[in-house]
Amino acid sequence: MRLKTTLLLLLPAIGLIFLFMVIPMLISLLYSFMTANVYGGVTMPLTVDAYVQMLFDQDFSGNLTFMPDYLWIMLRSFYLAVATTVLSLALGFPVAWYIMCQSPARRTLLLTLVTLPFWINTLIRTYCWILLLRDSGLVNGFLQYLGLIDHPLPLLYNQPAVLLGLVYTFLPFMVLPIYATLERLDPRLVEAAYDLYASRWRLFRRVIWPLTKPGIAAGTVLVFAPALGSFLQPDMLGGGKQLLIGSLIEMQFTSSRNWPFGSALAILVTAAVILALILQSRRTKAMEARA
Amino acid sequence: MQFKISVGKLAVAAGLACGLFAGAVPAQAQSAGVLHIYNWTDYTAPDLIAKFTKETGIKVTLDTYDSNETLLAKLKAGGTGYDIVVASNDFVPIFIDQKLIQPINAADMPNFKNLDPKWQARPWDPKAAYSVPWQWGTTSFSYDSSVYPGPVDSLGTLFNPPAVFSGKVSMFGSPSEVINLALLYMGKPICDTNPADLNALVKILETQKPSVKVYNSAGISDRLVSGEAAIAQIWSGDAARARMQKATLRYVYAKEGAIGWMDNMAVPVGAPDYANALKFINFMMDPKNAAIETNFAGYQNAVPASAPYVTPTLASSPEFNPPKDLKMVFTKSCPALAIKDYDRVWTLLRQ
Repeated sequence: MRLKTTLLLLLPAIGLIFLFMVIPMLISLLYSFMTANVYGGVTMPLTVDAYVQMLFDQDFSGNLTFMPDYLWIMLRSFYLAVATTVLSLALGFPVAWYIMCQSPARRTLLLTLVTLPFWINTLIRTYCWILLLRDSGLVNGFLQYLGLIDHPLPLLYNQPAVLLGLVYTFLPFMVLPIYATLERLDPRLVEAAYDLYASRWRLFRRVIWPLTKPGIAAGTVLVFAPALGSFLQPDMLGGGKQLLIGSLIEMQFTSSRNWPFGSALAILVTAAVILALILQSRRTKAMEARA
Repeated sequence: MQFKISVGKLAVAAGLACGLFAGAVPAQAQSAGVLHIYNWTDYTAPDLIAKFTKETGIKVTLDTYDSNETLLAKLKAGGTGYDIVVASNDFVPIFIDQKLIQPINAADMPNFKNLDPKWQARPWDPKAAYSVPWQWGTTSFSYDSSVYPGPVDSLGTLFNPPAVFSGKVSMFGSPSEVINLALLYMGKPICDTNPADLNALVKILETQKPSVKVYNSAGISDRLVSGEAAIAQIWSGDAARARMQKATLRYVYAKEGAIGWMDNMAVPVGAPDYANALKFINFMMDPKNAAIETNFAGYQNAVPASAPYVTPTLASSPEFNPPKDLKMVFTKSCPALAIKDYDRVWTLLRQ
């Protein structure tokens, strides 16, 4: 009886995941093995061309040549996603800690402030960064007003600007899960560590860090996965001068009309994220076993 | 108007990426006696709809999209219930070929005589069997004459910019826009697939790239007005609006030519209200009505007699009046091989 109720209650969630995650992914997988239609869409026969194209591509004369360009694009995306995750962790952990140390009323207020950006559309928020960072923007204008610089600094349309946009967008996804684990941290453990003459660093390394690991792991996944596939920030803040995998996928479904290749790239991103998740859970399990 | 990139398009791309598109989406329109129009965003004058309803008693609903690809995907999915769609010239042959739009025999309509003869027969619809012009314009570039006095008469100034424009060049974010104009500069045809030409094309774009500030189709006039960019690839209508905010901007009709584009009204196969759709198309060829649309959207129409009703500053603007001898090359939809080459050029440029 109990099991039945549980299953029944889980059904909507499972159905939703199946309908909007599993099925689309299966369709993508199928599309990635099909042939591109002239006007977009896919057609028969089945082929692995899309996967070959990731490394080898026909040049203008039609010769199949090794093409490292897609590899570079993937590496760059990976690097940016890792950098975003590391920076979000470095910035997000102290924020979560600070919030945890406040009175309950202030905590609620601060948590609301952390989620406040979600009330505004991401596109608009990203566009605001353009207004802030551009040559005639607020930041450059202010620095020039102070007389600190003569010429506007090149703050926009480069990789640091993309990184800034990504960290800004995904930071709350790091703060919230870490805060959730910090909130459950037993303060007596901290007191005990102090009683045993642990230094602040030791306290952090040996007590707080291990206990907040689940939150950090959740935050890492929540930031890394969307950062890897993002295209809004790279396109708007990067000036479209360097492709990232998200923009590359978008391009395949629109102007290039190569849905199979776009699907194959999407599958690759999904596979990379799943692989990261598996490695993560293996490590956690291994550590639990050791403990 | 082609490739107006915005969130909508990206969202659609995401939808496509999820493979969700096939089954989901359409069926919001439908119901007889109501005309359902599907047009680009911010591209249908509200006064026009009000006037049409007042004159004919036919109610109108308007849905909007932001790229030809969206329109194509929707019509291919079928059952949209739209009576009028507005498609760019390069997509009209695709819609005809895919049997997504139906014959309307525009030449038999009473107001057809109002169309400029040169637009009565268009390369993408030679007998006006399927479509009627909505708005048209050119794609070229504008530069700030206070930064660089000029004179400028060549696309070379854009693709091989003088030092003052270094880091101040703004280009479109879509491969076809950038590559078509570059091919025009080279004196080569659109959809060129000659390997030597394409290698030269990549060279030209790579040489230009260090001077380029941004490849993005959104916010172009804004960048020019704020001084963020001093030279920018731009549509004629946007160029006119930018110049009205910053008088030193100059729209260039280069000796190599300019890219032309036109959006066209058509009736999808399976339109619920065919008769009223024809009424609306005829209505749009009336000079006064064409002028209402031009005043709203800021692009040229194909009805010369509308000129007296168009806002004078707009009607007399240089962006609206290309020189008679301008070589105007209309965009077209490239065959698969050329699309593949464009993709490669665009990837190589930004790898």
